[in-house]
Amino acid sequence: MASEERTQAADSLLDVERTFKDRLAYAGRFLWRDRSGIIGLILFLVVVVAAVFAPQFSPYDPLEQNLRDNKMPPAWSAEGGWDHPLGTDNLGRDTLSRILYGTRVSLTVGFFGVLIAGTLGVVIGAIAGYAGGRVDAVIMGFINLVLSLPYLLFVVFIASILGRSLINVILIFGITDSPIFARVTRGEVLRIRESGYVESAISVGARWGRILFDHIMPNLMGPLITLATFEMSRMIFYEAGLGFLGLSVPPTVPSWGNMLANGRKYLTSSPWIATFPGLAIMFTSLGMNLLGDWLRDVLDPRLRRSRK
Amino acid sequence: MQRYFLSKLGQSILLLFGVLLLVFFMVRVTGDPASLMISREASPEAVEAFREKMGFNDPILTQFGRFLSGAVVGDFGNSLHFKSPAMQMVMERVPATVQLAGTALLMAAVVGIPLGLIGGFNPGSAMDNLGRGLALLGQSIPNFWLALILILIFAVRLGWFPSFGRDEWKSVVMPAFVLGLPTMGQIVRLTRSTVLEIRGEDFIRTAHSKGLEPRTIYVKHVLRNVAIPLVSVIGVQFGYMLGGSIYIETIFSWPGMGQLVEQSVGWRDFPLVQAVAFFVSLVVLLLNLLTDVAYAIIDPRIRYGK
Repeated sequence: MASEERTQAADSLLDVERTFKDRLAYAGRFLWRDRSGIIGLILFLVVVVAAVFAPQFSPYDPLEQNLRDNKMPPAWSAEGGWDHPLGTDNLGRDTLSRILYGTRVSLTVGFFGVLIAGTLGVVIGAIAGYAGGRVDAVIMGFINLVLSLPYLLFVVFIASILGRSLINVILIFGITDSPIFARVTRGEVLRIRESGYVESAISVGARWGRILFDHIMPNLMGPLITLATFEMSRMIFYEAGLGFLGLSVPPTVPSWGNMLANGRKYLTSSPWIATFPGLAIMFTSLGMNLLGDWLRDVLDPRLRRSRK
Repeated sequence: MQRYFLSKLGQSILLLFGVLLLVFFMVRVTGDPASLMISREASPEAVEAFREKMGFNDPILTQFGRFLSGAVVGDFGNSLHFKSPAMQMVMERVPATVQLAGTALLMAAVVGIPLGLIGGFNPGSAMDNLGRGLALLGQSIPNFWLALILILIFAVRLGWFPSFGRDEWKSVVMPAFVLGLPTMGQIVRLTRSTVLEIRGEDFIRTAHSKGLEPRTIYVKHVLRNVAIPLVSVIGVQFGYMLGGSIYIETIFSWPGMGQLVEQSVGWRDFPLVQAVAFFVSLVVLLLNLLTDVAYAIIDPRIRYGK
């Protein structure tokens, strides 16, 4: 009986010190028991596969115009045909092909945006959290400034000044989103720095590099990966929004936002032009939110108990 | 309490100065604000005359000084498109946006709080699943797209609501619903998780064990504690709606600040955009300040602690 209690205590201790790899293995087992996580993962993978193999899957060139076949409804309506499964737009461009290519714009913005925001944010947040004192106060003051601004308003403001290009959009999201990563990183660094295992590492004479890479970084990964998923979903969302206002990638590029902006003009006569890109954004966003919820439950042991 | 309030006030003033700095330098980030604001076909002489008129040739510090002294009295120069004071134009748009955001917030709270409470007290029930599904949907549906779909169904097909404008009480229903949906989801999630968390606390168990009526426990112990995070989220969300209604006001032709931003970006009327950005930031900062005060009043831990 006593030994059983001890093993349990050891297990719970191990839970704290569990390495990132173990957690991933655990996540795999956990995934099979969590249906919404599976759905999220599948939706996300579908989007990734669509982006990678867009040229193979697309029945047409997304830019090819065919005015004779313009505004064709989707295949299942009376006038539609399987030549264009999701119909065509006002210039006769194939909706399905444009949606498939649109995943590339969305994922590129989401991925590189998060990469830049995450890198900047983690560096800034780690400095603030580790240095403390006045450095921390100045950095956090600035971060609170940016986070208290009306986000969308300023993104629209900046985008209208910089002009339409993919690089600009990525930079805008990468920079404006970094404060969130910085704040989370700082909070985690502060928490981890005070923890028992870092204290014991310091007391046995571990150097700061080892503490940073062996103790702090692995514990940071969980919250950061979760945050990255949610932020990527948010960026895809906002990129489409900017495109809808005519402020994202150039109008010739097939992106979901541009397609929506175009489809809006034909909403009453040919509603499918605006419907399908909207559905694409919704499913991507839904998938990533489900994935993020699940990752948060799995990667953050403190939250696990509140699931049921 | 006084010290807490004063330090928050000082922080807000500092943040406001930061906003002014940002708004000022943003239009200068490309190096030439004149070519940004004037049409691309303008002759070099016209651009130069415009530059001179706007004072873009003066040293940058002189320009910033002039901008600051104007800003403190609410003067952001004239709108380039309307040739009338920019701040005045913004003010004319405030009531419409406040009406929209207020209605949206009300709808979100009226639906979201009960759903969150039900979910928190009966996790796993049908109503709980409904609430969580709604929350997920609110988070995932692009609001600019939802607006189009609603117009298609309820305005074009069914004719229940007008598709644009602000002429009758029915006009506000669709835009407010779309604007409020993400907030509704957030309120459901937050209420639910707070109820779940508080129900497991020691003081609730103590209340039960000393034989208090469950209803008394719910109202006095649980609801009071749920109110704390809700106040802060509602404050933040109202600020977010004031600045985040750009798409919705554009789609529904709602004559508020969001529509003004969309239009002035199209006209390259940056003094107007600057005025909106400053004004909304000011309101958001004030709301944050109010939220902090409300927080301190509701939660004695903040009032006495730190």
